[in-house]
This record gives sequence, C-alpha cells and structure tokens, in this order.
Amino acid sequence: MQLNREALLKAYRDMVTIRRFEERVQDEFSKGHIPGFVHLYAGQEASAVGVCSHLGSGDYIASTHRGHGHSIAKGCDVVGMMLELFAKKGGLCGGKGGSMHIADLDHGMLGANGIVGGGPPLVVGAALTAKTLRTGNVAVCFTGDGGSNQGTTFEAMNLAVVLKLPAIFVFENNGYGEYTGAEYAVGSRDIAGRSAGFGMPAVKVDGDDFFAVYEAMREATERARNGDGPSAIEVSTCRFYGHHSGDAQLYRGKDEVRKLREERDCLQNFRRRVTDARLLETRELDAVDAEVAALIDQAVAAALAAPAPEPETLLTDVYVAY
Amino acid sequence: MAQKTIRQALHEALAQEMRRDPRVVIIGEDVSGGAGTAGGRDAAGGVLGVTKGLITEFGEGRIIDTPITESAIMGAAAGAAVTGLRPVAELMFSDFLGVCFDQIYNQAAKFRYMFGGKARTPLVIRTMVGAGRSAAAQHSQSPYGIFTSVPGLKVVVPSNAYDAKGLLIQAIRDDDPVVFCEHKLMYDLKTEVPDEAYTIPFGEANIVRDGDDVTIVALARMVHYADEAAERLAREGIDCEIIDPRTTSPLDEDTILDSVARTGRLVVVDEATPRCNMATDIAALVAEKAFSALKAPIHRVTAPHTPVPFAPGLEKLYIPDADRIAAAVRDVHGYAR
Repeated sequence: MQLNREALLKAYRDMVTIRRFEERVQDEFSKGHIPGFVHLYAGQEASAVGVCSHLGSGDYIASTHRGHGHSIAKGCDVVGMMLELFAKKGGLCGGKGGSMHIADLDHGMLGANGIVGGGPPLVVGAALTAKTLRTGNVAVCFTGDGGSNQGTTFEAMNLAVVLKLPAIFVFENNGYGEYTGAEYAVGSRDIAGRSAGFGMPAVKVDGDDFFAVYEAMREATERARNGDGPSAIEVSTCRFYGHHSGDAQLYRGKDEVRKLREERDCLQNFRRRVTDARLLETRELDAVDAEVAALIDQAVAAALAAPAPEPETLLTDVYVAY
Repeated sequence: MAQKTIRQALHEALAQEMRRDPRVVIIGEDVSGGAGTAGGRDAAGGVLGVTKGLITEFGEGRIIDTPITESAIMGAAAGAAVTGLRPVAELMFSDFLGVCFDQIYNQAAKFRYMFGGKARTPLVIRTMVGAGRSAAAQHSQSPYGIFTSVPGLKVVVPSNAYDAKGLLIQAIRDDDPVVFCEHKLMYDLKTEVPDEAYTIPFGEANIVRDGDDVTIVALARMVHYADEAAERLAREGIDCEIIDPRTTSPLDEDTILDSVARTGRLVVVDEATPRCNMATDIAALVAEKAFSALKAPIHRVTAPHTPVPFAPGLEKLYIPDADRIAAAVRDVHGYAR
C-alpha cells in the first residue's frame, strides 16, 4: 500500500489524537476526574498508527494495559473512550471496563488488557476465526518488552506457527516493564531474535519512525493475508510518562524524559519527514492539530457532563445473578 | 430408545452440532492425535476416545490438534469465540486449569460484563474431573467449585448419558462460556439416549428419586452412590429424595429449597474437598433460605481437605461412598432436638 496524501494526513491525525488524548488524560487524572489507574501511550504513537494503517475494521487487534493509543489507531470512538475513562454512562464499555478494558468488537478491538501476556493467546483465536471462516482478515497482538517474557506469549507464538495462522505479534519495547529495565528483564535482549526462534519471520524497527513501522507491518500483513503464517515485529520505542499516571519514575535517569521528548518524538519526526519531502504542508498539519484539539475538548466536555452509570447496570451483562 | 454410554452421547452431541453449525470447531491436545507421527491421524480421539473419528468427517480444519499448550488453547478458544467461532476446547484434565486459569478466569469469563455487554463468548471447555483411577494428586481433582465461584462462567456437571448429551448441546448453543465437567470414571455408564439432538436447559435440577424423609443433593458420580444408599435406606424405612443439580452455575435453588421445605433434612454429597465448595455453598443456601424448615443440622459428605492420594486404599477412603452417605442420612433422620 502506497501512502497517498490522505493516508499520510490520516496517520498524522491519528498520532496527534493519541498524543493530545493522553496529555489531556494526564491532566484530568491529576484533577481527580478519572478513577483507577491509567497507563499513557504518549511517545509510542508511531507504533500503533504504523501498524493499524494496514488494518481494516474486519481485522483484529488485542492490546495491553497501555491501550488508549491502539484503540484510537484502530478506530474506536474518542468521545466514547473518554466517557469510559471518566466512568460515565455512554462510555465504550458502559463504565464497567475503564482504561484497562477498553474494547470495541465492532472495530475489531478485542480489548485493552489488565493482564500482561493476556492478549497473545486471544489473538491466536481471532486469527483462527479468520482462517476457519476464510475472511482474509488478520489478527495483531500488541504487547511489550514485559509481555515478551510471559509464557502465554511463548505459547501463543508457537501455536500460531503450528497452525500457520494470520497473526502478527508486535512487541513495543519501550525499555521498561513497570519499574524494571528491559535490559535486565529480557534475557536475550533480543525480542525479535527470540520470536524468530519460534519459526516466524521477525524484524526489529525504529519506533520513532512511523515509516519504518509502516514498512515492516506491510510485509507482515502481506504474509498473513497470503496464508504464509505469522510474523513478529519488535518496535524500539519510548514512553514519555511513567508506568502509570502518578508514577514518580525514580528508576529513570536524570533528564531522560526531557531528552526523549527532544530527540525521539515520533510526531515531530513525522512532521519533519513529510514537510521536508513536500508531501504535506505545515499549514495542513497545523489544521489537523486544531481539529484534534477541538475533538479532545469536546470529548472531555461530554465526559464531564455525562451521568454515572445507572445503579441497575451493576447486575446486567452477566449471566447468573446469585 | 438405544442405550448409549456417556462417551457415545458426548460424541453424538459434538458431531450433530458440528453438522448443524460450521462455526463449531474442536481444539485441544490429541483431540484427533497422531499429527506429525509415522502412524496415522486419529490415533487418540481425545485421551478417552470421545472425539475419535470426528476428523474423518470434519477434517483437520475443524478438529484442531494442538501442542501441549493449555494457555494458548484456552486463550485461542476465547479469542475465537469473541470473533465468531463456537469453539469446544478440551482441557484434558481439569487439574491443568493451573496452567491456563488466566485465560478462563480473567479473559473469557469477564468479556461480556467488562466490555459493557458488547461481547459474546460462546465457548465450551470440556474437561475431566474425579478421582478413582489412582491418578493421584494432579489428575484426580474435581475443581468445579472453583469454576462456579467465577462470575461469568456457567458450569455443567452431568451424571448420566442422557443429561450429558442434552447439556452439551445446550452448552454449544449458549452464548456464554461454559465449563463442562466429565467424570473420568463414568464414560462407560449407559442409559437411554435419543438419536436426535435435544437440549436440557441450564439451572434445572433433576429429581432422581422422590422421597419425603431426607433430601440428598449429589453431583456427578455421587448421584449414583446416593442412589445406592437410598435403596438401602428405603429398606430401613427412610425415604430419600435425591436431587442432581446438573449445573452448578446457574444453580436450581428452587428445587433444592422446595424439597427441604418438605423433608426438613438435608445431606449434600460432593466428591470435591469441603472448603469453599459446592457442598458448603448449598448448605449455606439452605441454612439462609430454609432455616425454619430444618429439623436437623445439615450434613456434608465430601472428600477430606487433602490432596487426592495415590494408593488405592487411601483413595477409596478419600472418595465419599454409599456407606458414608447412608450414615449421614441416618444421623440427620435420627436427630432430635
């Protein structure tokens, strides 16, 4: 798939939407408007968008506790997401899931997941559905350097190879599993290499570069849609916030985050690339920024105004009342 | 009507549902067997032969042999269920739930509620329970109480071939995840089973035997021991009513409470351990909702709070039998304030 102007603008819009969404969630969380825990995706946008640019609504993704970016990139409604984070009626999950369980089956979004390593086996199942019903769809598992160490992930990769399924494992290596470095926790320090050991093509790409992610995913998606089985992509990326909102980040180096923001901002990289190459103009990008800012304002206003879920919904959507 | 074993009844239910609905697939270890070997496929058909022969009719695209990989099997089945298939996943021995519980407990069971009612998870987990084969501590347990404690799961514990077929078809057609527990000593047990497909609704207990003196609630293999005890007790002039709940989630509370309202006496029999389990759960239910009807303390007849032992003699002591059930019934029947 060649990236035309519209596709580039859409990619930029999705990346900016994720960034502004997360920055605003951080603010609203600090103000006490969002209960529970939130894990922010800012800094990693090129991964979600580079991957999801190849997916249609019939394709599936499974996500992680850091799932807002994947949800937006897969087409989930931003206002519905904000309502869900605010625990309000009308949220994507009716206020019963929250940040860690945002899901939208109509858009092929099988859920953020509160369990690290929870998603990979589910994606094997979604890929099995695609293969069994011959839909031509693919299923993509987002997980991280942390998830790469879970046994469920190993089992999922092996089964996907054994059954030759249209599954793609995307490992977003942001350098930290909670408060512990991937340098310490990933024994081989090579997630792509470990994935290849399961018998699938695997590459490592620069996650600060949307186009690198996009290209790797193009190849993986083609393989999956052609019936040639699963692939893995290790995306080297970085997170601009802590593990969760409110994380004091005592494990990070002095000035580390400031440097990341200056030197490894995938959004700024994208802007530079497309304007230098005269693919898009600065004013077009600025117009997108303005649209997105308005959308986020609208989402927060709607979330603040919405009522809490009705008390009776405590007992709905489950099969047995005791 | 033909006499069929539980094994035949389950096989028939699976084959009929697979013919009826192309979305039904079977996935698990050795559900056909023999993949990647010098011998032929269908070398096993499930370790106890329930799925034998299905690959001939349905092919390896729908009878899906997997590696030994319980987390991936359960997770794949859950992921397939929310995206449009109706998988029947085999968790060979229920004891193996320890290596895949997340996929059952945190994933499949919670999708519908956690996603605000927008997910359907039509998944059946077939699994073997029960002691009695000297299979020891990791192949003999009856953990349906653990599954029953999880909101979002339905749990089936059949005691005969007629129920097994009707309940398995119901489970496959159900839109929620169902754990279907098969007692490993009962596969050859025969009863009359219709050839055609039929369903038995969940949450409807079967009154196995009528009686007015003592209510016995029993599950799976214990239903047969309870019946043996009741035969003996009838000769002593004690008439037992035996209730087989058939599903522990949902649980048919009304049938149990109605019976205790008449008899005033309850013995609950379960092969599982006693703490936080079905016998305790049903005893609490009756103590809370039928207290005024009770003429005697409720008795529970269960395994001891120990792992399942290996030695045949110890295992025999572990499993409740007709003697212990009869003794408990005599106790509650003879109780006077």
